[in-house]
Amino acid sequence: MNALLDIKDLWVEGRPPGGYYVPIVKGISLSVNPGEVLAIIGESGSGKTTTALAALGYARPGCRIASGEINLGDTEVTALTHEQRRDLRGNQVAYVAQSAAAAFNPALRIGDQVTESSRIHGTMPQTQAQALAADLYRRLDLPDPENIGRRYPHQVSGGQLQRLMAAMALSSQPQLLVLDEPTTALDVTTQIEVLTAFKDIIRDRNTAAIYVTHDLSVVAQVADRILVMLGGEIVEQGDTEDILHRPQHDYTKTLMAAVRPPPRMTASQDDVQAVDAAGRAQPVLEVTDLTAGYGRVLKTVVLRDVNMSVERGQVVGIIGESGCGKSTLARVMAGLLPQMTGTVLHNGVALAPAARNRAKDDLRRMQIVFQMPDVALNPTHRVRDLLGRPLQYFLGLNGDARDKRISELLEMVELPADFASRFPAELSGGQKQRVNLARALGPEPDIILCDEVTSALDTVVGAAIIKLLKELESRLGIANVFISHDLSTVASFADRIVVLYAGKVVEQGSTLDVLSPPFHPYTNLLLSSVPELRTGWLEDVMQTREAISGMTGQVKLTDVGCPFVNRCPLAIKGVCDTEPPPKRAPSPGFEIHCHRDVSDLDTTRAVH
Amino acid sequence: MTDAIEKDPLKSAPGSKQGRAASKFRLTPVGWVGITIVGFWILVALFGPLVAPHAESDVLSNRSFAPIGEVGRLGTDYLGRDVFSRILYGARMTMGLALITTLLSFTMGSTLGFMAAVLGGWTDNVMSRVNDAVMAFPSIILGLMVITALGSSLPIVVLTVAVIDATRVFRLARALAMDVSVMDFVDVARARGEGVWWITLREILPNTMSPLAAEFGIRFTYAILFIAALSFLGLGVQPPAADWGVMVRENRLGISFGATSALLPAAAIASLTVGVNLIVDWYLRCVGGQSAEDMLK
Repeated sequence: MNALLDIKDLWVEGRPPGGYYVPIVKGISLSVNPGEVLAIIGESGSGKTTTALAALGYARPGCRIASGEINLGDTEVTALTHEQRRDLRGNQVAYVAQSAAAAFNPALRIGDQVTESSRIHGTMPQTQAQALAADLYRRLDLPDPENIGRRYPHQVSGGQLQRLMAAMALSSQPQLLVLDEPTTALDVTTQIEVLTAFKDIIRDRNTAAIYVTHDLSVVAQVADRILVMLGGEIVEQGDTEDILHRPQHDYTKTLMAAVRPPPRMTASQDDVQAVDAAGRAQPVLEVTDLTAGYGRVLKTVVLRDVNMSVERGQVVGIIGESGCGKSTLARVMAGLLPQMTGTVLHNGVALAPAARNRAKDDLRRMQIVFQMPDVALNPTHRVRDLLGRPLQYFLGLNGDARDKRISELLEMVELPADFASRFPAELSGGQKQRVNLARALGPEPDIILCDEVTSALDTVVGAAIIKLLKELESRLGIANVFISHDLSTVASFADRIVVLYAGKVVEQGSTLDVLSPPFHPYTNLLLSSVPELRTGWLEDVMQTREAISGMTGQVKLTDVGCPFVNRCPLAIKGVCDTEPPPKRAPSPGFEIHCHRDVSDLDTTRAVH
Repeated sequence: MTDAIEKDPLKSAPGSKQGRAASKFRLTPVGWVGITIVGFWILVALFGPLVAPHAESDVLSNRSFAPIGEVGRLGTDYLGRDVFSRILYGARMTMGLALITTLLSFTMGSTLGFMAAVLGGWTDNVMSRVNDAVMAFPSIILGLMVITALGSSLPIVVLTVAVIDATRVFRLARALAMDVSVMDFVDVARARGEGVWWITLREILPNTMSPLAAEFGIRFTYAILFIAALSFLGLGVQPPAADWGVMVRENRLGISFGATSALLPAAAIASLTVGVNLIVDWYLRCVGGQSAEDMLK
């Protein structure tokens, strides 16, 4: 069979502002057959996106395709003019980007944007294009396919928008589809819907696809072949099964090792007991009956009646889908968002709602680390000033004493001491996050709030940060509230887990308790949605009723009944939608908020 | 291991940025031209009256609008006064007033704008609405009213123009600070318990310098024109004192006779404006911000 896309000895160069061209992609050759999905994996900076874009005949601003052949069918893409390439992009190749929210124009209706390419290229009449689009919506399992095109982008959910972007790409019936981390920004439950939709439509249409990602578990579900890139070169390629089970190259093995184990029972029995023994002391941080939200006049309540506590030296993981109120909880704890009702207790003393009214020593003892390393560091300050200010402010350190402490901190987060004179722009994402961490460690806190600290990082870099956090936590005995939407990350090192859904705690307990039956139906959905590193997992999970019912409803914030009722496979009509769920405690320190009896929940895991 | 893997070929080009930081304010041709022009006018403002052949109010001849070379070096104005001497005298008045006014308006406007953004809530609402109310008046009419009421001394003119200009600066500074104050690093400072002043001066101000500097160049020019307009209405610089803006207004009728006495002070204003804005552009390039030229691209 003739390859649809055949790239030979491709070199792409990029130029930093004011600098000279340096090669980013160094002599890559690859081919993709019709109906085949080729995954390109590697971390950011490895050139995987650059390679994928080159297949469209496109180089990002500041980059250029230096040499090589790109054959798409019978067309040699590098020989085409700018206009011819643009023609090609609308018709024969299409691109699905990571963030659908950024790819849609918020001011135009979705349907007009989906059919835009056929309108611009004049390939078919508008009515036919709309009919085709509706057909695509149906095949992508979008709700109300006849009318969804009349909505605006903000009126659909993130997962739906991602599928609509796929519809946009497919509307011109391309032969080659380039998918650039299309599910990375999504929650695990949404990821499943999107992956399934992509897979079905690629199979139906016999479209060739290049799937760029750093998530090996996702690759295992969709790819026929895998190509591993490092520093602009191919280090290994082969069939999915071969790469997953018999990786040859050291780097591929590193990647495999960075894949977090599935979140089942990773905490050993000993750990849990140790925590239980120490856990009776006074908690370092406690939250009681907390309700919080945004807006001055018309309040949107984001958190309702949250109760949780963190013992000294303990890691408490908070998980839930985006929008469940995880970050809001951290902001309330840190005093950045005053609560409506309820109390935040620090070492048994109630804290003032606003940070500026709190005692300096209380502020020193609780530090917060934010999600996006790029915006958490002031770009106009050097690392020395970033780390030095808290030392001066809280501990009164100046001059040599401060410099010495800064060096210690940098060493603690495994950065060279001369980084002190750098600006944040001169650091990579992982290095910035280390500086962030060092800043929080500086004033010797007894608790750190980590808000999605690894979400913006690559798997490998993120794993290194987690490893560092674990070491520091055990060495310095600092308690940690670790917020994440990634269950695997949390499960790998939390002592306790709190599961939030629509602003309410649905389940909390020791890691062992939460990750073993009985499960709250929502925890069960989350657990079964984390991709496993084996082919065929996606098909298996789609058979389960958790996945099916989980995909039907959208998250709604409500104070009537149980918020999960519209997605719950075990919902009891007339009860769950009217009365707030009772708290059930199967064992001390473990609670599940559900109308179902614990014995019912115990058995639900056996469904598939 | 982590270091080797985190390397990004585009970002870690060795020393590219650090090298620049050392020679950050290296003079470019743009910087040279700007500094030369503005430096020249500063010298004129300082020493002009000493080298001027005539006093600013001396009437040289009874010929109005005498052409260049016939009477005096650059001809005469509508009253027969020496244009050359008046430009030399006017430099001090024009630049001095404009500079003081602009500095004042920036100090007031940006301080209040930053405070509105940082404090938020009711404080912001009250400040912004008061600002809107002041902006709602046409600035020349508002200036007229205030100066008529308070008397037309130079300090009052400067203060009035500065306050009116400050409303524009307030708007810009508040919008800029709003963008910056939602950044996580500001939240980090808030969570640390830092005060409003520290957050404003250390976290927000450095990140808003580029657009503010660009605005400074434009506001400086507007200040010259605004003061000239007030003077024309008899409320700004009082005759016979020389001011470039006043000179343009006084001699505008001569333009129809082909007289240069209105064009020369206009050219002086233009060259000063260009000079100031070249310096601003050079500064923006040095700190890595966007120059006006980049924004147009």
